[in-house]
Amino acid sequence: MGWTNIFYVFAAVLFILGIKQLSHPKTARNGNLIASIGMLIAIVTTLLAYGQLDLRLIAVGMIIGAIIGATFAIRVEMTQMPQMVAIFNGFGGGASALVAAAEFTKSGDITSFTLSTISLSVFVGTLTFTGSFIAFGKLQGFVSGKPLVFPGQQLFNALMALCLIFFSVNLVMNPADIKFFYAVIALSAILGVTLTIPIGGADMPVVISLLNSYSGVAAASTGFVLMNNGLIISGALVGASGLILTNIMCKGMNRSLANVIFGAVGLEQETSSNGGKQITVKSYSTEEAAMIFDAAEKIIVVPGYGLAVAQAQHAVREIADHLIAQGKTVLYAIHPVAGRMPGHMNVLLAEANIPYDQLKDLDEINPEFEDCDVALVLGANDVVNPAARHDTGSPIYGMPILDVDKSRTVIINKRTMNPGFAGIQNELFGFENSIMVFGDAKEMLQQLLKDLKDL
Amino acid sequence: MDINILTVFILAVFVGIEIITKVPPTLHTPLMSGSNAISGIAVVGAIISTRIDGEIGTWLGLAAVIFATINVVGGFMVTDRMLKMFKRD
Repeated sequence: MGWTNIFYVFAAVLFILGIKQLSHPKTARNGNLIASIGMLIAIVTTLLAYGQLDLRLIAVGMIIGAIIGATFAIRVEMTQMPQMVAIFNGFGGGASALVAAAEFTKSGDITSFTLSTISLSVFVGTLTFTGSFIAFGKLQGFVSGKPLVFPGQQLFNALMALCLIFFSVNLVMNPADIKFFYAVIALSAILGVTLTIPIGGADMPVVISLLNSYSGVAAASTGFVLMNNGLIISGALVGASGLILTNIMCKGMNRSLANVIFGAVGLEQETSSNGGKQITVKSYSTEEAAMIFDAAEKIIVVPGYGLAVAQAQHAVREIADHLIAQGKTVLYAIHPVAGRMPGHMNVLLAEANIPYDQLKDLDEINPEFEDCDVALVLGANDVVNPAARHDTGSPIYGMPILDVDKSRTVIINKRTMNPGFAGIQNELFGFENSIMVFGDAKEMLQQLLKDLKDL
Repeated sequence: MDINILTVFILAVFVGIEIITKVPPTLHTPLMSGSNAISGIAVVGAIISTRIDGEIGTWLGLAAVIFATINVVGGFMVTDRMLKMFKRD
């Protein structure tokens, strides 16, 4: 089947060109379209190349899948994007595992190589499936966002992994014995759950990226099962993409991947160095805050997950419009791990029509705080915690942070004084130049806008 | 085992790393959902696996087709929805 491989390679080239165009916001939409055409070519090629296909059955499956997928895609709120990607990853991984399982049930001789790739596909695919659903549950609030741990969890996971290797080897040696196959599925499913539940909400960007990578690896290994270039190339692309994003997220927190996966950060209140130290905060009304804004020239907005929860992106835009109309400068500081997935804040602010060239990343914005009059921190906590610079006992020590404390005034909006997701009290709130304005981000911003207009 | 197929895999990983490091942080979420849609390429495997004789194989294949299509259609559509929103001044 020479010609089919040519079409698969063509599809893969379109995927590569599509991702390439994603490197600029202007061409990105076109890139996505190109990639989707690549997918269409791959699907049509497959339908034409393989005989004995039950086209009716496939059509039914594709229609059901398309309706479900489209419904998700149309209905989802931008704030829910992390859980959306998580659930899609889960379906992708699940599909790869199912394909491998179907190949396993095929009658006739299967080579040891194919059996190894089948067990790899089933393992990674099933793990991605259950892990993604736990991640989805955590983000959606079905499962506690806090790290869930039990005594001996790491030992348990290590034992599970060892058993998994043992059963996989047995599966390859005795393919006739179906019980090894079931054991691999069951253990992979459990491992997906036990590896994801101990990870705290603030570490979700890493988990989502990693699961994204896994779904690619699962597709690539299914490609080895079927000896299909299309799957191998595309799976490798996605695997690499997920891995790079995982790496960027880990760097953004200055933590190793192992520490994120096994560290269970957010579990206990750190009491080491500044534990027990009382922080006295100044709490202002929106009216008082409005006066500070009125006197300011340069304002930097620091959005965090709290902004997403409160759906306050449009309210931010309205305030910014008002301030810009008065001749002030407004910029946005985006920390790499702000929100629950890579680039989460950028999408939210884009939804509110905030031009992407006002959004600055960490390295770009940090020098700007020196001559900034007001830094407005909206529902961000750990990414602005100065303890990351000096407190070696803090779980976020060494994490690059946004230097909001260098601004003349820092206005921090939070619902309550509760510590952030990492469970750490933030000394920034007690700083001389810090002012707290409590309340829901959206309501606070709307009130602030009213007060600004009344001045 | 066919060494060619391994060569293809390794080269594709390098190409992936090359092009993806060039995507700016602003577009990381669409990159993720877009690459996620591409991982729905498992749909190709799913279609092939429905041909497998025997009840169980076919039903597993059908489930795989459904799962992968959710991934593909949902992934590309939601990425498009996001990218539509990115604007300049």
